[in-house]
Amino acid sequence: MVEHTINATNAIVTMDVALPGIIWGWMITLNMWAKSIGTGVILIGAFLLYRHKKEDMPSLRWTMPLISFIALNVFLLFTLVDLHQPLRMINIFLHPHWTSAITVGAWMASLFTGLITVMMVISGFDAFPDFRRHCEVAKTVRGNSDLYEKIFPFTVFLAIPVTLYTAVIMAESSARELWQAPTELMQMLLAAFMAGSAVLIFISDSWGKEVRKDLALVLAMSVFFSFMMYMGEYFFSFKAAEAEATLAFVHSGGEYNIQFWIAMSLGYIVPFFLATANIKNDNKTLLRFAAILALIGLYLAKDVWLKIPQLLPLS
Amino acid sequence: MKLGFLVDLNLCMGCKGCEVACKVENEVPLSSWRLRVKYIDMGTFPDASRHFTPLRCNHCENAPCERICPVSALHYLENGIVNIDSERCIGCAGCMMACPYGAIYMDPETNTADKCTYCAHRIESGMMPACVVACPVEANIFGDIEDDNSHISRYIMEHQGGVQVRKPEKHTDPKHFYVGGGNQTLNPLAHKRIEGYGLFNNITHLDHVGDPHHSILDRFLAPFVSHSAADNKSFMDFKQTTDDNSTDDESHEDKGGH
Ligand code: SF4
Ligand code: SF4
Ligand code: SF4
Repeated sequence: MVEHTINATNAIVTMDVALPGIIWGWMITLNMWAKSIGTGVILIGAFLLYRHKKEDMPSLRWTMPLISFIALNVFLLFTLVDLHQPLRMINIFLHPHWTSAITVGAWMASLFTGLITVMMVISGFDAFPDFRRHCEVAKTVRGNSDLYEKIFPFTVFLAIPVTLYTAVIMAESSARELWQAPTELMQMLLAAFMAGSAVLIFISDSWGKEVRKDLALVLAMSVFFSFMMYMGEYFFSFKAAEAEATLAFVHSGGEYNIQFWIAMSLGYIVPFFLATANIKNDNKTLLRFAAILALIGLYLAKDVWLKIPQLLPLS
Repeated sequence: MKLGFLVDLNLCMGCKGCEVACKVENEVPLSSWRLRVKYIDMGTFPDASRHFTPLRCNHCENAPCERICPVSALHYLENGIVNIDSERCIGCAGCMMACPYGAIYMDPETNTADKCTYCAHRIESGMMPACVVACPVEANIFGDIEDDNSHISRYIMEHQGGVQVRKPEKHTDPKHFYVGGGNQTLNPLAHKRIEGYGLFNNITHLDHVGDPHHSILDRFLAPFVSHSAADNKSFMDFKQTTDDNSTDDESHEDKGGH
C-alpha cells in the first residue's frame, strides 16, 4: 500500500494545452494502400511472367500497367490532397532536400508513374489494334511496341524502392517509436505482394489454373508472414518504451483494438486458409473472396498502425 | 555562436507569463502553442506538490524535423537556431511525425508548420526572446553556449550534474536545458493524464482549412479565397462547438491520449 503514496507513482498532469490528435489520418492510409497495389501488380506480374508462358495470361500485358496506373494516381492524388499546402508540392522538385525520404520517394514515385504510363499507352494500343488505326500518334506508339519490354525490367527494379520508401519515412519519424524500420520495410514489401496478388486474382478468370495456383500461394504466404510480424510487434514490443506505451493503450481495448482484430481475422487469417485451400482445389469464387478480404484487411491494419502511435503525448 | 536555452525549474512558478508573451510576440493562433507550461501534481494529499515545466522547441543539433523536411523549410541558422520558412513549407506534417518532443504545430491560419524559433527575428535585432523578457523570476536563461563567459554557460557550469535535457536517448542533442527537473516533469511516460484531472478538459480547437468541416478542395482553393471560418472568430462561435462536439470540443483524452 505504501507505494501508492509516494511521488513517483502519483505524478498526474493537471494542466496542459490540447495536444494534437491524429495528424496523418485516412488519406495517408489510402495513399499507402493504393501504392501497395500500384507496385504490387508490377512485382507479382513480373513473377508470373518469369514462371509462366505469356499465353497463359493473355490480358496481363495491358491490364498490369493499367491497374498500376490507376492505383498510382489514387496514391499521388491523396499524397497531394493530404498536404496542407498542396499547390506547393512543386517545392519538392524545385527545392529538394535529399536527406528526406519524402523527397526521394516523391521523385522515385513520379519517375515510376511516368514509366508505367508509357507501358500502359503502348500495351493499350497493342491490345486494341483497331482503336485509332489511322492516327499518326497511334501508329508511332505501335511502331515502338518493343519499348514496353525494354522498360519493364526497370519498372520492376524501381517498384521495390517505391514500395519501401514509405517505411523509410516512418523510420525517419523519430517521434513514433512503434514504426521500426526493419519491420516496416518488410511489412511494406509484404503489403505489395498481398495487394498485387489480390488484385491480379480478380482478372485471372481466363488464365491458366497453374497461374491462379501461384497467385493463391503468394497471397497465402504474404498474409501469413505479415500476420506473424504484426503478432510479434503487437504482443512482444517490450523494449522501446514509447512503442510499449502505445500498445499498452491499444491492449486496454477501444476502437483501435477492435479494428486491429477485425483486420487480422478477416484480412489475414481467413484469406490465409481460403488461399491455402485454393492451392489444391481451384475455386475461383473462394479465391476472389479471399482477395477482397485481404484488400479490406490490409487497409484496416495499415490504418490502425498508422494512427495509434500518434495518440501518445510526446511531452 | 550556438544559442541555447536553460530553464531553472526551481525558480519557475508557473505564471505562464512566457507562454502569453510568446503568443503575443509571434501571433500564435488560438489552439496552438510554441511554448507551454505544463502543470504536474505529485504525491497524495496533504503531502502533494505542483511542478511547472515550460516546454518549447529544443533547437536540436541533430534535428529529426530538419532531416525529414522535404523542402528544407526547416533549416539550421549559423547561430544554431532551427528555423522555419513558412513560405516554403508544403504542410506535409512530416516534421510533426519526426519531432520527439511534439514541439511543432500546424498553424490553422497559414496551413503551414510552425514552432518556437528562439525568436530569431528578435535575436537578429539584438533583443532577447519575448519569453525571457517576460519571466518575472528569470527562470528562462538564454545565450551563447559556446561562449564560456555567457550567463547560460556559467549557469550550466555551476549546476553541473543537475543539468538535464528531454529524451537524451533520442540522440537529438538538444540545445535546451533544464535545472531542477526530474523524471516526472521531463519524461511524458512518467506521469499520467487522467480524464477529469486536467483543469482544462474541454478545449476548443480552431478549424483547419481541409479539416472535417471543410471540403478537401478548400486546401487547393485556400490561396485564392478567404476562409473566414478558419480565423480566430470561430473560437467565439460557441454554438458551433456545442453543435459539433466530436471535432471541435475535445480533450486529448478523447482521442486516446494517456
Ligand atoms: S525539438 Fe523538435 S522541432 Fe525543435 S529542433 Fe528538435 S526535433 Fe526539431
Ligand atoms: S510540414 Fe512543412 S516544415 Fe514540416 S516537414 Fe513538411 S514541409 Fe517541412
Ligand atoms: S523563444 Fe520566442 S518563439 Fe521560442 S518560446 Fe520564447 S517567445 Fe516563443
